[in-house]
Amino acid sequence: MPTPEKFVQEKSLAEINERIRDGSVRVVTAEEMPDLVDELGPAGAVREVDVVTTGTFGAMCSSGVFLNLGHSDPPIKISKALLNKVEAYGGIAAVDLFLGATQPSEDRGIEYGGAHVMEDLISGKQIEVDAFGAGTDCYPQTELETSLRLEDFNQAIMVNPRNAYQRYNAATNSADQTMYTYMGTLLPRFGNIHYSGSGVLSPLSNDPNFDYIGIGTRIFLAGAQGYVMGAGTQHNPQNNFSTLMVTGDMKKMNNRFLRAATFHKYGPSLYLGIGIPIPILNEKLARSTAVRDRDITVPVVDYGIARRDRPSLKMVSYEDLKSGMIEINGKEVSTSSLSSFHVARDVALTLKQQVEKGEFLLSSAVEPLSRVGSSRPMKQTKESPNVGDVMSRDVVTVHEDIGVEEAARLIVSGSFDHLPVISRDGRLMGIITAWDISKAVAGGKSSRIGDIMTRRVYSVKADEPIELAARTFDTHSISAMPVVDRDNKVIGMITSNHLSRLFARRR
Amino acid sequence: MKLMLHVAPGIVRYPLIASVILETNALVNIERASIDAVSGEIVLEVPSEKCLEVKEAFERRGVKVVPLEIPVIRDENECVHCGACVSICPTGTFRFEDWRVVADSGKCIQCGACITGCPQRALKLVLK
Ligand code: SF4
Ligand code: SF4
Repeated sequence: MPTPEKFVQEKSLAEINERIRDGSVRVVTAEEMPDLVDELGPAGAVREVDVVTTGTFGAMCSSGVFLNLGHSDPPIKISKALLNKVEAYGGIAAVDLFLGATQPSEDRGIEYGGAHVMEDLISGKQIEVDAFGAGTDCYPQTELETSLRLEDFNQAIMVNPRNAYQRYNAATNSADQTMYTYMGTLLPRFGNIHYSGSGVLSPLSNDPNFDYIGIGTRIFLAGAQGYVMGAGTQHNPQNNFSTLMVTGDMKKMNNRFLRAATFHKYGPSLYLGIGIPIPILNEKLARSTAVRDRDITVPVVDYGIARRDRPSLKMVSYEDLKSGMIEINGKEVSTSSLSSFHVARDVALTLKQQVEKGEFLLSSAVEPLSRVGSSRPMKQTKESPNVGDVMSRDVVTVHEDIGVEEAARLIVSGSFDHLPVISRDGRLMGIITAWDISKAVAGGKSSRIGDIMTRRVYSVKADEPIELAARTFDTHSISAMPVVDRDNKVIGMITSNHLSRLFARRR
Repeated sequence: MKLMLHVAPGIVRYPLIASVILETNALVNIERASIDAVSGEIVLEVPSEKCLEVKEAFERRGVKVVPLEIPVIRDENECVHCGACVSICPTGTFRFEDWRVVADSGKCIQCGACITGCPQRALKLVLK
């Protein structure tokens, strides 16, 4: 008697490839599969379906391409190269370069980057190359300029360290200001939720145990036939955050499935279409490809907290995310995606047609993907101080009912030109600066400071890293702010002087 | 129907909108107004039957009026139907229709939030 754990293999990969060759293969997309499995049962689905195609199309920042330029005369050993003013890494041999998708350009900044160079090349455009070399006996040339099209490169091989995330955390923002992130524009006070990933069509969610996908698996990569090189960086299958490292010939890619993007105030990125056909060899694969949006859950993470361990607010499924609305703390929040389900479908359907037409054969893996991964935090050997380590504790605070003159006197006799204004129980209410006071005096209204203070006051906590304070000073063009405890009570003051002294010491 | 007014800075002192309302008797709703030292932009919602009358009343007062018939201009070759614009728009201009993003006319107030929010840089304001 077979145990329930043992799956009767009903088909071999060779059999399926034979059907692909003779045109009798039966292919459905991962969107169609769940209903079929419900109707026919897993065993019936194994009999009726040979291949399930998956697809995803979204921002895949961890992507790049190796380009070989061929040798010039006289030869050059390129140490640095600019492609349409986007720097490509030249520290590999003489004329090999690696162009990363998120590298911004020197002239247009983040509006044009490595990803845009790739899209331009695939679209048949010519790009300008500036190359610089050290000059050696065998490579005497030190500088050259040329214009190249994709066909002029000997090779253009895409190698992407981390693509096709199995699923991805959804993002929202609790802070009072809009945040511009790699998860798009996040509106203040939970104004919206952004998510990424194709859910039901996601390649790795349809084979989470790697029963088919492994090293060497042939995939659809932006219109070309590429391969899985192995597990991607930050591969973390224990927590259902598996990733793939993939490769493919960029010369065969199609700009319908490769698009450059720019996330406002963040940087360039590459939108890439990836699809994997999964053979239904047995009931286990029939079951895993029957996954639905509601079975795939992700946390909604608060990007308003600019730390690595951002708090997660709740677990939601892709079905919830795709419904357009999610409740956060009793408030209906509008959701939208950054990846495109429309193009993900296009990937799965295009791949389905290619398999049906006999143009895309399935391959058996050389080795399965690793079932354990690592996505640990960075080991930081140089501890950065916290705000509490550098702040001044001798802060002078005032109540809102004191007069402007008294405030002026306190500023003159104290060491800061900012006075935090606190309530009777010590909580931060506002801030008053020497500038506010001069304005009030010049305007002839000598009033209570409660009337002239700034109520929108930025603050930090003592256990936050100083980098966070530096970023707040920078984004809001301020030079000092109060340090508060968990109850919003003022315990100190940090100024840009504290930080510059510290950074100066480090150099 | 929405009308976008381009107002010269000096005119701000004059009760422009009030005078047009009194003249045309139109129920006008101010949806957005941004006025600084160099220019002023005001978006009004006007009942469609009064639209022409209101437009002409403003034009007689030296105001450039643009009817906002199309929401925002979208480059169909660039749009990948991701939907990043959907949750950013304060007036709900965009929505999904079988996973394609469609824009409804008559909702946009030309605030510009979606322009920078679109990762593909596919959107443009009507007048810029
Ligand atoms: S954000 Fe841009 S690319 Fe995405 S759906 Fe809207 S217009 Fe299209
Ligand atoms: S400009 Fe503003 S109102 Fe108009 S569609 Fe874009 S976000 Fe919506």
